[in-house]
Amino acid sequence: MANPIKITSPLTDKDVEKLKAGDKVLITGVFYTARDAAHKRLIELLEGGKKLPFDIKGQLIYYVGPTPAKPGRIIGSAGPTTSGRMDAYTPRLLELGLKGTIGKGQRSQEVIEAMQKNKAVYLAAVGGAAALIAKTIKKAEIIAYEDLGPEAIRRLEVKDFPAIVINDIYGNDLFKIGVERYNIRRSNKTKLPKGESYA
Amino acid sequence: MRKISPSEITSKVKELCIRAACELGSDVIFALEGFRGKEESPLGKEVLDQIIENAQIALKEDAPMCQDTGIAVFFVEVGRNAAIDGSLEDAINEGVRQGYKDGYLRKSVCDPITRKNTNDNTPAVIHTRIVDGDRVRITIAPKGAGSENMSRLAMLKPSQGLQGIKDFVVNTVREAGGNPCPPIILGIGIGGNFETSTILAKEALLRNIGTPNADKELDALEKELLEKVNNLGIGPMGFGGRTTALAVHIKTAPCHIASLPVAVNIQCHAARHKEAVI
Repeated sequence: MANPIKITSPLTDKDVEKLKAGDKVLITGVFYTARDAAHKRLIELLEGGKKLPFDIKGQLIYYVGPTPAKPGRIIGSAGPTTSGRMDAYTPRLLELGLKGTIGKGQRSQEVIEAMQKNKAVYLAAVGGAAALIAKTIKKAEIIAYEDLGPEAIRRLEVKDFPAIVINDIYGNDLFKIGVERYNIRRSNKTKLPKGESYA
Repeated sequence: MRKISPSEITSKVKELCIRAACELGSDVIFALEGFRGKEESPLGKEVLDQIIENAQIALKEDAPMCQDTGIAVFFVEVGRNAAIDGSLEDAINEGVRQGYKDGYLRKSVCDPITRKNTNDNTPAVIHTRIVDGDRVRITIAPKGAGSENMSRLAMLKPSQGLQGIKDFVVNTVREAGGNPCPPIILGIGIGGNFETSTILAKEALLRNIGTPNADKELDALEKELLEKVNNLGIGPMGFGGRTTALAVHIKTAPCHIASLPVAVNIQCHAARHKEAVI
């Protein structure tokens, strides 16, 4: 496999233009965490005409709710959560200049179109690889909604955080490309084994 | 009667919560390594490598393998000659409370409407059965939401038969795609009624990978379904590849003449379950 592309966040248009679905990336820099409850509050702020608790332009949002940090540790285990739950909120944030999101699983068509329109990318980290990913997080501080516990918004500083480009700004989707490549096309109606008596 | 104190149950449950979160079963690691050798997708291989490495880090550092340390699900067998000196439910919940706090595990349980977190990961989900003997066997299977959310139940028509069951299983995995963190394990409950099928599906996940189904025909069906879902091409994390599922486990129960319930409980690769006998 090709070597990973190193990128630094926050991202510029130029950064996202060079990313293609299927690329491996190592991210160094800053990103913010937010899940369901935090997204709901961010959108409520916008609807009330208020400012967001951080400048979202060029930023990456990582969908994660880490385990509590043990004493002396920066953060607990911190792998990605399912991105689709944030689909309802994401287009609004992309319009404000959010440059990318990191999670796992597929995005809705609406989010994919909003990403193309606003020049943003969707990246996936390996779900469940939470202890390994946590090692790339060098600093973590809660900047909003401490009452949400694992769902609070954190500012993370990361070094060589591993991710894969799923949706690029050119309309490519790794989930479609990858599955297409490895799908074995054959009739679903293979002959019944001895288990036929169960019918 | 053999007396068992609730505090003994609590301390065992506490230990099980922490061990389950940090120690992936050797059966899962063995299966991951086996499929890693056969995986055709270069990216898929890398994902499987990361998952195996992550399990090793978790074990070495006593760190949760996944940040979603789950809702705590218990299967408890209480011997008819075991006299628990207090509430079994309270004893288990206290163990969960202590385990999730002292083990630095994530508290992921909330009110379904207000979404307010209970902040101690209780209440646990507890399935109890009375059995022979004077022992108490406690099995914990903490379950994350990524895979639980993609699980499905169908009340099929009997006329849909075996083909209907196969189609439902394959379609459930196809629709789940990368969401449940493949490679997955499928727990399938066939028969019973609406609620029994789902419990059978979850119980089916407790069987170690590599242990064949004792029923020969079900064993053949498990193998056929495993091949079918792995032919979908979803692959590790949905990035494309051969390894979509590590195993398919089926449990059945007799059902009503007019019903054919089929429950598919999807389990992510962090297939955590530990047991203790008191």
